[in-house]
Amino acid sequence: MIDTVVQGLLLGGLYCLFALGQSLMFGVMRLTNTAQGDFIVLAAFGAIALAAATRLGFAWVALAMLPVAFGLGYVLQRVVLNGTLGRDPLPSLVVTFGMSIVIQNGLLEMFSADPRSLDSGGLNVQSIGLPGGVAVGVLPLVTLAVALAATAALQALFGRTALGRAFRAVSDDSETAELMGMNAGRVYALATAIAFVLVLVAGVLQAMRTTVSPSDGPLLLLFAFEAVIIGGMGSFWGTFVGAMVLGLTQQIGFRLDPGWGIWFGHLVFLAVLVLRPQGLFPKTRG
Amino acid sequence: MLLRTHDLKAFYGDAQALFGIDFHLARGEVVAVIGANGAGKSTFLKSLVGIVKAPRDAIVFDGTPIGGLPPGEIVRRGIALVPEGRRLFPSLTVEENLLMGSNAGRQGPWTLRRLYAMFPVLEAKRHEPGTSLSGGQQQIVAIGRALMSNPAVLLCDELSLGLAPIVIREIYAALPAIVAEGMTVIVVEQDVATAQRVSQRVVCFQEGRVSLEGPSDALTREQISQAYFGVAA
Amino acid sequence: MDMSLQMPRPAPSDGPLVAQGTRATRHALAAGLALVGFAATVPLWGESSWMREFVEIACYLVFALMWNLLAGYGGMVSIGQQAFFGLGGYAMLALGNFAGVNPFVAVPLAALAAGVVALPVSWVAFRLQGGYFAIGTWVIAEVFRLTIANVSAVGGGSGTTLTALRGIDRATRERTTYWMALACVVAAIALVYLFLRSKRGLALLAIRDNPVAAESQGVAVTRMKLAVYVVAAVGAGLAGALYFVGNLRISPDAAFSVNWTAFAIFMVVIGGIGRIEGPIVGALIFWALNKFFSDYGSTYLMGLGLLAILTTLFFKQGLWGWLEQRYGWSLFPTARRLLR
Repeated sequence: MIDTVVQGLLLGGLYCLFALGQSLMFGVMRLTNTAQGDFIVLAAFGAIALAAATRLGFAWVALAMLPVAFGLGYVLQRVVLNGTLGRDPLPSLVVTFGMSIVIQNGLLEMFSADPRSLDSGGLNVQSIGLPGGVAVGVLPLVTLAVALAATAALQALFGRTALGRAFRAVSDDSETAELMGMNAGRVYALATAIAFVLVLVAGVLQAMRTTVSPSDGPLLLLFAFEAVIIGGMGSFWGTFVGAMVLGLTQQIGFRLDPGWGIWFGHLVFLAVLVLRPQGLFPKTRG
Repeated sequence: MLLRTHDLKAFYGDAQALFGIDFHLARGEVVAVIGANGAGKSTFLKSLVGIVKAPRDAIVFDGTPIGGLPPGEIVRRGIALVPEGRRLFPSLTVEENLLMGSNAGRQGPWTLRRLYAMFPVLEAKRHEPGTSLSGGQQQIVAIGRALMSNPAVLLCDELSLGLAPIVIREIYAALPAIVAEGMTVIVVEQDVATAQRVSQRVVCFQEGRVSLEGPSDALTREQISQAYFGVAA
Repeated sequence: MDMSLQMPRPAPSDGPLVAQGTRATRHALAAGLALVGFAATVPLWGESSWMREFVEIACYLVFALMWNLLAGYGGMVSIGQQAFFGLGGYAMLALGNFAGVNPFVAVPLAALAAGVVALPVSWVAFRLQGGYFAIGTWVIAEVFRLTIANVSAVGGGSGTTLTALRGIDRATRERTTYWMALACVVAAIALVYLFLRSKRGLALLAIRDNPVAAESQGVAVTRMKLAVYVVAAVGAGLAGALYFVGNLRISPDAAFSVNWTAFAIFMVVIGGIGRIEGPIVGALIFWALNKFFSDYGSTYLMGLGLLAILTTLFFKQGLWGWLEQRYGWSLFPTARRLLR
């Protein structure tokens, strides 16, 4: 039982990283990125390709890709996605959905459908023994730690920095924010840039944990989305908790029957939606 | 002249709101713009600050044409708007709302400390969410936020909207101190008496045109009624 | 005898005179009926591959028309309509294989079943808005897929075959399927057109443009949205049931694939969102593209995705919308023109 709980929480750490970027983008500009999962897979494949080409370890690969992820997110938002923002949710949905299809099929063309993974230097098989006789994998533990750090960092960014103020202001009222000398388009682009850095980290960790294939994206999107909704929108710690709940639920499902894990997660998501639609820890906005 | 408009027209889509406004503003002046609902007063302020697009040469500020520039750029050059309805940021505290005003990066006498000294209520509530304050207090925050960008020209859009008379008096009581620091002010007001009291010159809009202009203390009630409504009092 | 001239009294003017329809509409109606009549004769002289292709494109078209109704007119963008598509297919299969119902009769029944299921589903889905509503519906579709994949009676994850049609010879089956598809297309277009022309349709357009204002005018917004959602579900179920009558083999992955919605989005966006002609134009373009390029596999799909993105960014109204704006064409006008 304890083992299931521990595994669930560790899985939740990964899901949190899937979800933070989504939460950020939606929080700042009400944009639903339906290609979130596919970008994670793209990052994973990018890391795998870079590692194969340069023979560098995963840490160096991730470091080298950080500015690329940041820049890609910034440019994508500035050039493409800013034009889709507005009251109508359709343009942003169609454009990101189109991107999802382009990425999936592009990866299929370049890498074929074979699953690949990123060499973790043995991290994925190492484990630490916890008191109580439970063995915990080092990689999942690291993932959880990264998730915690990322959540805390985002929360601090939003609450205590000038950039965070800017994010909250444009999210509240972009026209008045412009009156204060702010360029809303640039602020949105920064949000997406940060979101893409999180996507990169998630992709690298996912590729180290397991194999990835080009069509994995949509499922990762659903996990990210469920974590955000269960936790409650508008709060990064809420997303963290939501991811924990999802991870736990899936692990319990897996234990009962290997084919039931994901299905269980979906059901719990629906249950939360029915019983407490605002999520477990919603941030009430004025 | 610090600010001048020449044949300023404004459109919302196909609907024309301003039909060629000629306006001038000297440094240090306090000018009140009055008029009925829909006369174009707010549109006028929005044009000055760039929310409503204007032709390049229609607005000249400190010798430079600024028509067509984005609001952010105009704020950086020194024109700030206290928007109609306050429009504070609900997710930000009072202090954060004020700090937003300093994004323009202009130097000047208006700092947080100065504002807190002038309006102690701001300091007392600095960590509360901006929108949890009373209407009058929110108005002060909105004014402070605009002041934080250290503008040369302050535009006030309907400060008295939804406020009790005593609160309105308190707010306008701060105006002389702001002007004393070298501010030039345009005040859009529905309340004609208040407008005449706080300003040196009154401009009356009617259906998108200037219908009357003159010293605040010289205009009679008759003249104003005529200009306001287009009918004799 | 009273010889005074009696001037004919003018008809009492009872309000503004409103016109619907252009002359082009009447021509189009005539042409459309002729086309349908012509199409109905195809089984008598045409090749069976044409009929099968038509059935397939008919399913895509009906599904796209319904997605268009939901998103363009109802303002609800869903990435989960495939839930009802698959449900329609499986309901038809269940009725056919287990209840002994003639599959052709089962098709409309399955569509109704999808509509019934849409009621509790909407109760859950409507708790979300905008982009999150879209993904939420996708999750629900996934739940359907995973649940049915666990039901061994219908073949679980690998699916099963429609055995109820075994007794009928191929030619008859194909012909009947074809006529059924033709009927479904006509019915779907007529249904959507008449619905949008009606008072309810006007209310829908009002809601789409400004829900708050509409509510204040006494329009029951939630009830309207529910009505549209259910109608769209029935249509999607119809398309699904029809598809698998033609296909004879069903599986959860095929029935509940998100690709159905992806293609519908593509057709509607390229053709023009919010217009009835849009999905029709989009379906034709899609069929043409499929014919020439589908051999290119992933590259082709990438192209589709890219085309959808570019159209949304630069051609918001789609091809038909652009033509409508440019030349004032309108075959199915739902806007009312004030004449007096």
